[in-house]
Amino acid sequence: MIIQTIMFYVLAVGTVGAGVMVIASRNPVHSVLFLILAFFNSAGLFVMMGAEFLAMILIIVYVGAVAVLFLFVVMMLDINFAELRAGFLQYLPIGGVIGIILLAELVMVFASGAIEIEVPTNVASPTPPPDEVTNTQALGDVLYTRYAYLFQGAGFILLIAMVGAIVLTHRRRTDVRRQRIADQVARDPKAAVRLTDIEPGAEGTWKSD
Amino acid sequence: MAMILAERKVSGWIQDRHGPNRVGPWGILQPIADGVKFLLKEDLIPDHVDKPIYLLAPAIILVPALVTCGVVPFGSSITISGYEIPLQIADINIGVLYILAITSLGVYGVVLGAWASNNKYSLLGGLRSSAQMISYELTLGLSLIGVLMLSSSLSLREIAIQQGSYPWTWNFLIHFPAFLAFTTAAFAETNRLPFDLAEAEQELVGGYHTEYSSMKFAMYFMAEYLHMIVGSAVAVTLFLGGWHFFGLETVGGPFWSGVISFGIFFAKTAFFLFVFIWVRWTLPRFRYDQLMNLGWKFLLPIAITTIVVTATVWAFTQSKLLVGILNVVAAFIVVAIVATTLVMTREPEPVDDRDILSFTDESSS
Repeated sequence: MIIQTIMFYVLAVGTVGAGVMVIASRNPVHSVLFLILAFFNSAGLFVMMGAEFLAMILIIVYVGAVAVLFLFVVMMLDINFAELRAGFLQYLPIGGVIGIILLAELVMVFASGAIEIEVPTNVASPTPPPDEVTNTQALGDVLYTRYAYLFQGAGFILLIAMVGAIVLTHRRRTDVRRQRIADQVARDPKAAVRLTDIEPGAEGTWKSD
Repeated sequence: MAMILAERKVSGWIQDRHGPNRVGPWGILQPIADGVKFLLKEDLIPDHVDKPIYLLAPAIILVPALVTCGVVPFGSSITISGYEIPLQIADINIGVLYILAITSLGVYGVVLGAWASNNKYSLLGGLRSSAQMISYELTLGLSLIGVLMLSSSLSLREIAIQQGSYPWTWNFLIHFPAFLAFTTAAFAETNRLPFDLAEAEQELVGGYHTEYSSMKFAMYFMAEYLHMIVGSAVAVTLFLGGWHFFGLETVGGPFWSGVISFGIFFAKTAFFLFVFIWVRWTLPRFRYDQLMNLGWKFLLPIAITTIVVTATVWAFTQSKLLVGILNVVAAFIVVAIVATTLVMTREPEPVDDRDILSFTDESSS
């Protein structure tokens, strides 16, 4: 038990620390790396809660795909750090106000104990005992039976978003010179080679324009 | 357990070496000589590299490759003086997901090493590799789903046990298109020929590891071989029946059956590694657009089709034979459809570039 507690604090501190470093580090690539570290630590927290399926999905989806694309974009960007720093003070008041509002909301939620509202409904449909059913099976049971339509709906929304993104960014460039192998093969000397008979000493018969 | 693992790695490493014949009999000691050489070489860190990441990257690529070995079952179990020791380091119930998660980390070693080197050739190699690995990871994951559906387990040991002893009950016949897609994607994930655009020597010097020397280069090198071994071992476990072969794994006592099962698994993996090397020296490197076409337009549709076909057929008939046959048929149909649409839409009304390049008849006027 003591090991679990220690591990929890290591992972939790790691998550928070990495989260802070995402914002604090000057180099955007380092920021992405700290983001990945935060993902990892939270995956570790999931494992400690017995939700190993979620932990693995978190790593596969976020670390394996999303963060790679972040890194891809960030590595290509040429960010001017001085400019970013200059804008910081300008937006500090607005950002501060929003931050305080969020903090206040969180405090209010915790103080009123509103989190417990969900408890009666959750008790009515309890999760299966973890010893008998692995949480992969448990998730599948719920996802493909009770919430099948919602699941399909989420899938459709993502599909529409994907199609939309492709439609918005896809354009056919007309100024590209493509290689046409058939044309090259079909080229014959009659069309391509021009023999001219230039008389020696004659001027003006060969115009280069 | 660690000894077996180390032994397997070294053996797999030697497999690729036909050439060396000076160090030891048949050059057996050549890998050791190479290792010593790598250790003794000067460890050069170029100027203007991002030092923490530059130093971290080889470790990032090597560690995931090592830890995936932990969940691969390479034999049934050995009984030594009453203790039954399963030939697997950890049998976790989400083994397949674990492998997918950890192999997806390998791309960071490449990309970060490339970026941190502060070298444009390295960066190009890193970008190519990240695009390639993301594309093929999808196929890698999706091609496994058919297998997982029929065995209704994510544990590698469980899947291997369910396949039984005889080759015609192994998964590669039931999920033949998925098996092909998985193998191809595994090739792409290891960054080996014909998918080695990330380090294409003729174009990019050394690709992502151009700036790495000494042991750090060796770590990249080892990671590539480890990826090969892990890829082969996973393919053997999921598709080729793991350590089973014609009931041989039950021959002998509790000790020898374990040893034999390990031998069978080892032989299958060795065969797969041989295929890796075979393909390397057979196929030329793909062009970049060919690589992306293959990944997105052929392998991914095949993988998705196998999921749909397997699920539908299994739900209605529960017949593995039918699943196997219809999978192949569906894969053929999909490939035919994709190929015809590709051919039909190939030339989108080309620009007449003779207006731009006026080297033809106008010059005479």
